[in-house]
Amino acid sequence: MTTTPETTSPQHDESRAGRAPRWLLGVGPLALIALLIGLFTLLNAPGLTGSGARVPEEAVAIENVRFEPGRIIVAVRNEGVDPVTVAQVNVSDFFAQFTQTTEQMAPLQPNTITVGYDWVQGDPYEIALITSAGGKVTVDVVAAPSPEQGAQFFGLMVLLGIYVGVIPIGLGMLWLPFVRRASRVWVRGLLAFTVGLLVYLTVDATLEGLELVAGSAAFGGSLVVLLGAVIAFLVLEGVEGLALRRRRDRGDAAEPSPQMFALMIAIGIGLHNLGEGLAIGSAYAVGSLALGASLVIGFAIHNTTEGLAIVTPLARTRPRLGRLAVLGLIAGAPAIVGALVGASVNQPTLAALLLGVGAGAVGQVAVKLLPMLRSDTGRVLTPITVVGIIGGVVFMFVTGLLIVA
Amino acid sequence: MVELPSRRNVLLGAAAAIPAAVLGTAAAPWPHDDAAHPSGGDHVSSGATKATATNHVGHAGFPTGSVPPERAGIDPTAILRDFDTGTVSTLPSGQVLREWKITAIDRDIEIAPGVTFPAWTYNGRIPGPTLWCREGDALRIEFTNAGAHPHTIHFHGIHTAEMDGTPGIGGGSILPGASFTYEFDAVPFGTHLYHCHQSPLAPHIAKGLYGGFIIEPKSGRGPADDEMVMVMNGYNTDGGDDNEFYSVNGLPFHFMDHPVQVKRNALVRIHLINVLEYDPINSFHVHANFFHYYPTGTMLTPSEYTDTVSQMQGQRGILDIRFPYPGKYMFHAHKVEFAELGWMGFFEVTE
Repeated sequence: MTTTPETTSPQHDESRAGRAPRWLLGVGPLALIALLIGLFTLLNAPGLTGSGARVPEEAVAIENVRFEPGRIIVAVRNEGVDPVTVAQVNVSDFFAQFTQTTEQMAPLQPNTITVGYDWVQGDPYEIALITSAGGKVTVDVVAAPSPEQGAQFFGLMVLLGIYVGVIPIGLGMLWLPFVRRASRVWVRGLLAFTVGLLVYLTVDATLEGLELVAGSAAFGGSLVVLLGAVIAFLVLEGVEGLALRRRRDRGDAAEPSPQMFALMIAIGIGLHNLGEGLAIGSAYAVGSLALGASLVIGFAIHNTTEGLAIVTPLARTRPRLGRLAVLGLIAGAPAIVGALVGASVNQPTLAALLLGVGAGAVGQVAVKLLPMLRSDTGRVLTPITVVGIIGGVVFMFVTGLLIVA
Repeated sequence: MVELPSRRNVLLGAAAAIPAAVLGTAAAPWPHDDAAHPSGGDHVSSGATKATATNHVGHAGFPTGSVPPERAGIDPTAILRDFDTGTVSTLPSGQVLREWKITAIDRDIEIAPGVTFPAWTYNGRIPGPTLWCREGDALRIEFTNAGAHPHTIHFHGIHTAEMDGTPGIGGGSILPGASFTYEFDAVPFGTHLYHCHQSPLAPHIAKGLYGGFIIEPKSGRGPADDEMVMVMNGYNTDGGDDNEFYSVNGLPFHFMDHPVQVKRNALVRIHLINVLEYDPINSFHVHANFFHYYPTGTMLTPSEYTDTVSQMQGQRGILDIRFPYPGKYMFHAHKVEFAELGWMGFFEVTE
């Protein structure tokens, strides 16, 4: 039933009245699906119930263990599809007194178990949770007092974020005068070096994220890292596309300006540092991280190059100091936020997601930088850029070894 | 649904427990449950546990105490002195005949608060009934398998191959729903045991198919004032290669909450039997007292005067002990890992 443009409007309206509006055609199947799911649930899967009885599967993940004076606090989550009840807790073969926030954990529900135990600092313990079905979930931990989460603690986290994020990046940006005096070939080499370190960060953050959720099936496990990376990559591409369109509308060249490149790198590195800060914060919160000069120095050397990466595209421009400061903060300050969040919420999946986001963001920047490496002959991979990329990767690898976190 | 105490209660309990342990304030506020034993009661009678569980201040234990016997459906205190002498008659030859009916039953037992163990039992209890007879008696045990798996009863003692409860020989495996009568004479005297011998053996035993088998010497032993059975066992709840819980007579920590009541200077005879699977060895240690030990109970003279004895799987013996002082004395596996996982308790000595 088609209507030609010549058809008069009364006829048109009549035919419309006989037809469902377009939104209904879109929403209708959705409503029907919802209705069917509702009925299916209500009737308890007619025809399927009762057949193929299965034994409930208990899957419990221990997400965090904190040591407080005279007690151990264990954060667990039900990762399976069946409800789980933790019935008894034993610490290194000693049945201990405990309380828990949830008696029976629904699927994906968290539970905090407070175990009364007079632990000894530095001693290793095996904490075993025994479920109502007799299953045993164990975690091996070394007793280390967890820092108290007061104002001083959060102050410490802010300081940590500044030390490992803001200051090193700010220092790295001091190379701007050098970059500006460098020859075109040198700038290409430095850009290649930046690409190398971004590639390193992409791979490193991905691996770190995967490691965090290894063996954890809740919330998709390692999938969240890739999901975070892909989303970050696409969002940054979209934002960049938007910015380019505005440039085109203003009649400028339809390619990113050096300022835009610097901003993109800063955002990418900022997202990366958010994940990194999170990892540091949570490691500190569970007492598994020694705060010391070596950690800060390691991070400083490691992250200084990130500052260099931001200023390299600005080699042929004259940026204002304020603008540089903003770029530095965009890249470095997320480490503070990350450290604060990581120290107060221990959620490995969240940390993994953010590490994935960082990886995607940094990767996107690396991809965008590649065209800038192009030589006069139009080649991206020339001896100087290859050396630069390898240099960047190796430099990050070697300085990464300095971080003992 | 598991009954757990309110959060505040347990927090207080935990907070109190730790300083007590640290400071060594051994004078823990043990609620003295007089209800556990009838006043001036005849302690030889099999008085069942009546008292409710208490908190283990300064000791390992479950936050809510051991499982109350009425909830578990088995009572370790009652099992202590529950000797099943069978249905007694005399054969034309003059020989005493003892007959028992034993049924294998699958049932869930709450062995620790909130932890359900899918057990296989003889007559619905862990350990199974303690069969008591005299040397030379004719024994007839009618076994019915009401469980879902084939089982046997394998007795330790001297008998023919056909009566040994071994798969493939004599009655062999008794299938679900089937019956078989084991018949043999009671020899040699001593403290023995019986258990299922169906393969796979470890779970067939460790799920609860075992019990004590006492053959009293014809001439008798020196009379004891109080006689009891202690079967040391364990529960492997997660299918691993070790036990999560250990106990005497079926319920972990039961005798912490309900001490074994004995009289001062009375001769207490304990038939100690180890059926622990998955762990290589078990032991028994009593505080502040010594006992004479008769390995397997097959001799009338003790081999040792000690306060600690070890037993491997299937090993057993008799402990003769007199408590010279009133008070509460711990007994437990001297492998203290087992102790703190349930295998510990108290004797309470009164005048």
